Amino acid sequence: MSGPLLEPAPGITLQEATEFIWLEADLLDTQDYAAWLALWTTAGRYVIPIERTGDDHADRLNVVYDDRPMREARVQRLQSGLSTSANPSARTVRTVSRFRALEARDGAVRLRCAQHLVEYKYERTRTLAADVSYRLVRTGAGGGAGDGARAAGSIALDEKVIRLINSDDALFGMGYLL
Amino acid sequence: MSVQPIVNETAKLSAPAAPPDYARLVQGDRVHTSLYVDPTIFAAEMDKIFANTWVWVAHASEIPEPGNFKTAHVGSQPVIVTRGPDGRVHVLLNRCRHRAGSVCEQGHGKASVFVCPYHGWSYDLTGRLRGVPHAGGYDESFDKNDYPLVSLRVEEYAGLIFASLRPDIQPLDAHLGRARKWIDLFMKQGAGFPIKAGGAHRFRFRGNWKIQLENTTDAYHFPIVHRSFLTSLDDETEKVFDVLGQGGWVEDLGNGHSVMVMIPDRVDLEQNLDAPIPERFQALADELAVEHPPEQVRRIVRAVGGSGFNVNIFPNIACSMAFFRVLRPVAVDETEITHMAITMDGGPRAANRARLRLHEHFQGPMGFGSPDDADVWERVQRGAAAGRDLWVMLNRGKERDVSAETGMRAAYQMWTRMMTA
Repeated sequence: MSGPLLEPAPGITLQEATEFIWLEADLLDTQDYAAWLALWTTAGRYVIPIERTGDDHADRLNVVYDDRPMREARVQRLQSGLSTSANPSARTVRTVSRFRALEARDGAVRLRCAQHLVEYKYERTRTLAADVSYRLVRTGAGGGAGDGARAAGSIALDEKVIRLINSDDALFGMGYLL
Repeated sequence: MSVQPIVNETAKLSAPAAPPDYARLVQGDRVHTSLYVDPTIFAAEMDKIFANTWVWVAHASEIPEPGNFKTAHVGSQPVIVTRGPDGRVHVLLNRCRHRAGSVCEQGHGKASVFVCPYHGWSYDLTGRLRGVPHAGGYDESFDKNDYPLVSLRVEEYAGLIFASLRPDIQPLDAHLGRARKWIDLFMKQGAGFPIKAGGAHRFRFRGNWKIQLENTTDAYHFPIVHRSFLTSLDDETEKVFDVLGQGGWVEDLGNGHSVMVMIPDRVDLEQNLDAPIPERFQALADELAVEHPPEQVRRIVRAVGGSGFNVNIFPNIACSMAFFRVLRPVAVDETEITHMAITMDGGPRAANRARLRLHEHFQGPMGFGSPDDADVWERVQRGAAAGRDLWVMLNRGKERDVSAETGMRAAYQMWTRMMTA
């Protein structure tokens, strides 16, 4: 947390990482979930913990702890038209900023940023703030990422951990993705 | 509430309205819409129901050692649940006896003393007032023994800790009555290991608490509201969750409690241990087989799948399939729900991970099931703004039909008994 600022991984500049994350935010707000799925590495992990501290997510209860099959099932559910909370879901508008590169190693970059999301449904507007950490990797040709990743310059999403400011308080049903 | 109103000579206060005729608002197979929307009924419920019966506050494993505590609510009243130095559980109103400040704002933790931040009065785990800064400012009649944190009655059954604001409440065993058999069956999902609270999802919805109370024994909604969950399952598991098609039933257990059996095969997890391992658990079974004999693997795998029933304990807790379902009334149109995961204390890590992943799949603010429940419950509250003289119908149900609204009728019978007492 308090270490010196590090340069992003060779091959992934902070500017590239930022553009990638802005693209991801836009895909989520516009619910272009197929393109979002294609941003990920095969082994990528999408996590929304309940406890704000610690990294041992596998042995604790989370809001979301998705490997690739669960991510795909989640997207299928949200787009199935069979879920009342997602059909329609709340509308969302999110802003991502305060980017800080934390670690650059082996062609990967780990960075942290802030996300403000505003959602609207049933005559009610609510906000959700979160610290979000990303692990982005450079993928070579045939590196496993899909079209979305190639469009973003062959960067792929390997880990995304969303720590909501109120993750250990009572939340509310969400029919969209964070 | 007992405060005398200030009589203003110039602004004449209107006479208080007569209380609603509760017995007329619940008519066997229907309840009046005002039960969802009338704030005066909500206020009366806090007194006549939540301050007048056993209310679930904790699972014993949440406060395993002396000094452990958690905060909870009994109706609208915040409490601290502590384990004292002698191992006994105490449930204390979270309110300083001096000027009412809350003495604890942590969800859970370990402590030996609770200190009010306003003037520094401090209390031990049993609620005794220990320290009063600058005590010389009080006259000689001041006695610290007169100002403990208010202590509630506490009793425990099978690890479920209940508290009551009513000192002369009947024993918990008598209150639970015929529900105890189902609680015992539910606790078999430890597979021989003690049941442990394994973290919880909490969420709120804009709706009356009784909408959730009803839902716990509502099999009728399951294939409709949870179709997107069902389609996310493999074919074999989808058949397991065909809750209307397995000959299940609902039983009134007395005192407002009821049980809904959705998967009769999973009533007793220690039976049918010879059945083949379901495909979705084969990988887990293989992993467990490295360190456990085959009988133990079967027992654990069967327990990981959870129970096949919901037992609804009036008014605020259910042992529901594989988790504890807790409701907390916040306002007439707002309710907080806790879905507490269950793990095996000291059990195999792989099995506990599997239980956590299953819980995350359905439950929580982004589960494949709970957000749809919350959405339809809000729709009930929104709809109840229309047709204020209409009735909410609970008349579905033949004998031994799992989709019968028997459990709801049982709960409202108890509601009427308590509200008219």
